[in-house]
Amino acid sequence: MIKGRAEKSARPFAFKRTGAPMTDQAPAIELKGISKAFGPVQANKDISIRVMPGTIHGIIGENGAGKSTLMSILYGFYKADAGEIYISGQKTAIPDSQAAIAAGIGMVFQHFKLVENFTVLENVVLGAEDSGLLRPSLSRARRELKNLAEEYELNVDPDALIEEVGVGMQQRVEILKALYRKADILILDEPTGVLTPAEADHLFRILENLKREGKTIILITHKLREIMEITDTVSVMRRGEMTATVKTSETSPPKLAELMVGRKVLLRVDKAPAQIGKKILEVKDLNVTDDKGVHRLKGVSFDVHAGEILGIAGVAGNGQSELLEVLGGYEKATGSIKLNGEEIDLTGAKSDGQSRRTRGISHVPEDRQREGLIMDFQAWENTAFGYHHDTEYQRSKLFMNNAAIRKDTEEKMARFDVRPPDPSLAAKSFSGGNQQKIVLAREIEQNPDLLLIGQPTRGVDIGAIEFIHQQIVALRDQGKAILLVSVELEEILSLSDRIAVMFDGKMMGERMPQETDEKELGLLMAGMTTEPRGPVHEAVEEQLATAGSTAAKEV
Amino acid sequence: MDVMPKWADVILIPLISILLAAILSALVILAIGENPWEALKLMVDGALGSTYGWGYTLYYATNFIFTGLAVSIAFHARLFNIGGEGQALIGGLGVAIICLFIPWPHWSLALLGAAIGAAIFGAAWAAIPAFLQAKRGSHIVITTIMFNFIAAAVLNYFLIGALKAPGMEPATAKFPEATHLPSFQDMFNFGETTFFRGAPANITFFVALAACVALWALIWKTRLGYEIRSFGHSESAAKYAGISPTKIIMVAMLISGALAGMMAINNVQGEAERLVLNAVEGAGFIGIAVALMGRSHPFGVLLAALLFGFLYQGGAELALWTSIPRELIIVIQALVILFTGALDNMVRMPLERLFLSMRRAKNGRTV
Repeated sequence: MIKGRAEKSARPFAFKRTGAPMTDQAPAIELKGISKAFGPVQANKDISIRVMPGTIHGIIGENGAGKSTLMSILYGFYKADAGEIYISGQKTAIPDSQAAIAAGIGMVFQHFKLVENFTVLENVVLGAEDSGLLRPSLSRARRELKNLAEEYELNVDPDALIEEVGVGMQQRVEILKALYRKADILILDEPTGVLTPAEADHLFRILENLKREGKTIILITHKLREIMEITDTVSVMRRGEMTATVKTSETSPPKLAELMVGRKVLLRVDKAPAQIGKKILEVKDLNVTDDKGVHRLKGVSFDVHAGEILGIAGVAGNGQSELLEVLGGYEKATGSIKLNGEEIDLTGAKSDGQSRRTRGISHVPEDRQREGLIMDFQAWENTAFGYHHDTEYQRSKLFMNNAAIRKDTEEKMARFDVRPPDPSLAAKSFSGGNQQKIVLAREIEQNPDLLLIGQPTRGVDIGAIEFIHQQIVALRDQGKAILLVSVELEEILSLSDRIAVMFDGKMMGERMPQETDEKELGLLMAGMTTEPRGPVHEAVEEQLATAGSTAAKEV
Repeated sequence: MDVMPKWADVILIPLISILLAAILSALVILAIGENPWEALKLMVDGALGSTYGWGYTLYYATNFIFTGLAVSIAFHARLFNIGGEGQALIGGLGVAIICLFIPWPHWSLALLGAAIGAAIFGAAWAAIPAFLQAKRGSHIVITTIMFNFIAAAVLNYFLIGALKAPGMEPATAKFPEATHLPSFQDMFNFGETTFFRGAPANITFFVALAACVALWALIWKTRLGYEIRSFGHSESAAKYAGISPTKIIMVAMLISGALAGMMAINNVQGEAERLVLNAVEGAGFIGIAVALMGRSHPFGVLLAALLFGFLYQGGAELALWTSIPRELIIVIQALVILFTGALDNMVRMPLERLFLSMRRAKNGRTV
């Protein structure tokens, strides 16, 4: 079966436009009129796509556009309300994931599904054992892994425990699992979210190898750059609908962004040079050991000045979250933090979020759904969140002035263009971008001396990203100090006036954005100050595996 | 976007649940050879047909309001306080001590004193599981259940020991005359026509109503209520906002225990006028059903408590006048709890689908 595919795909430009069959070759996957609704939400609306064998097909769209739902239908997790699935021209019903595997579909999820305390080999075999006895399966798998490794550059150590290897290798194990089950179609859901640039490049080389061998790959992402770099064709989804399918070579990032959002968007941040003022935040020798006894922050020191954005880059789970939590007042630490020259309590009664706020620290947390907002609360209740002791929100000593909070919310919603501008709507009813605007409005309009902001645009639609970036720059131009934490290197590079890189709880050094690039930052993110000998991605992975950084920290 | 309009959520669903429970109950009654229609008439007549019946219904409802509110406030902090029974028992101990050992000049002062005493005793009993939850992570469901048994044992100890009145019974002495609360019979006595004759409902009912209003204001109008609700919805968010989990767990459980304890001014001071064994008679557990059915909203709790008051009194009448055995009354009450509390989704899901398809149809026409 595999051989046949490889021959066919050798033909160049196997792609053709939707609905206009020109050759007799059957598409590897064809979806016809797929629809799926969750309650009142139409997640997928009449979606049709065809993916030719031996190509890489990108599916791009904002969060909530319905990409993951579509792939879950293809993998048998959800049942479509309407529509048909054809695999290699055969109409196929996929009631569960077993059926999907049998049809030759493999899926690599955003959050890996591996048994942490099993070896790589055991994970590959799990669920695909040949017989009741484990040993024959394991030795067969070991041979097969060796072949696959040579063929596709998919190197893994079969006897390593999953919990001891890095994220990059875990991802390769997921790919190997699919290949071991004879998958011809590989679906990858946001595969680069947890990878450093070097590891992402390596992944793309693997995908190219797979494609050359005739595998069909569907890549789900929200990153325009990845689409441009590796896909042959791309489908754009917006609000549950497939808005376009085009050849990648015939499109451009601005065009794709416009298709995703439905209007023209600015992909670059416009900002004037920073007017740097006095020192606002001074952090010295900060150490955090979490309740599991893991040393999360190791002697971190840095400063942030007025009128400056300090960007902190790093792979998720290298101490950035703990740093924000300490500064935000809900993680205990040792060391010293000075705000405007005054020492801040790091333990005890004065080390909570309330006292941080009264000192002039505002905090847009990394995870707005778990921390920044209460999803069941209405927008106006969320506007007072954390500031519910403020005098302008009180009617008397006993009662809150709910009417005043509502009015304030209405005004903030108007200024930050929150849609729909309804203070009585529950936070969960807003889109990711509008949720973030509610948090941003609350924190920025407190007029803080220091703004902590974590992952400002995670899960935020492109249209809102532009606005949020403008707001952050505007606050900087008012002479406020801003500490930005983001795992998106592009965001760090375009927003920051100075960049610090964190790795394994330590500061790896600072760079000026105009004097560095993604490559250098990528190495620093893996704890390397000089370029290693040999393949970069391997060295990077080695470092990250031993650093004890976990993707699990990322939500 | 909410799937259903609010009125369907708060009125239609409980109503359908009750109806289903009633139908099933009717079938059970039919199965043992009685007439369900007659039984229903008897229940309505016994519970609501006279001021005497009403006097009992409202008396039971008063108990359920207190325990229902107690469970509700804990629910808002996402704490499941199953210990209402024990807290009410210990509240009764507080009432007994205050009524027996302080020479009160007037019932109004005695009511105030007893209410405070009941609240403090109930709260103190809830404080121990709360502390264990907040500081040690012991699950509050487990500890409050265990504390029900301990409370019963403590009461036993006092009623056969220090507080025992002379005689055979494990009970305290009758409280002094000055602590007796005015019953509805005393309050609604207009010359020759006396309402509520012989019924135990008393002025505590109005205290319960006041508690409903006060709790409503606390939950939705004050900073404390805001913090309790925040914590209940998301502990991680509460931490981010600087709300102390320990404080909220303690405060919410203290209020909860105080409310459960205050039930004792109704049954101990108002009705029995002395403390007996098992004074609470399961009202602490009924409070869970009342809070579930009332969606943890004080006014919902009020309505649910009235319904359960009706079931209690109607059931007692049924047992008295028909050959329907007493156990079957418990079955009927259990069916109502089952449908309104546990099987909420059974009614909710089809109803949501119905509303959804109705809206789709409507949208389809307008488009």
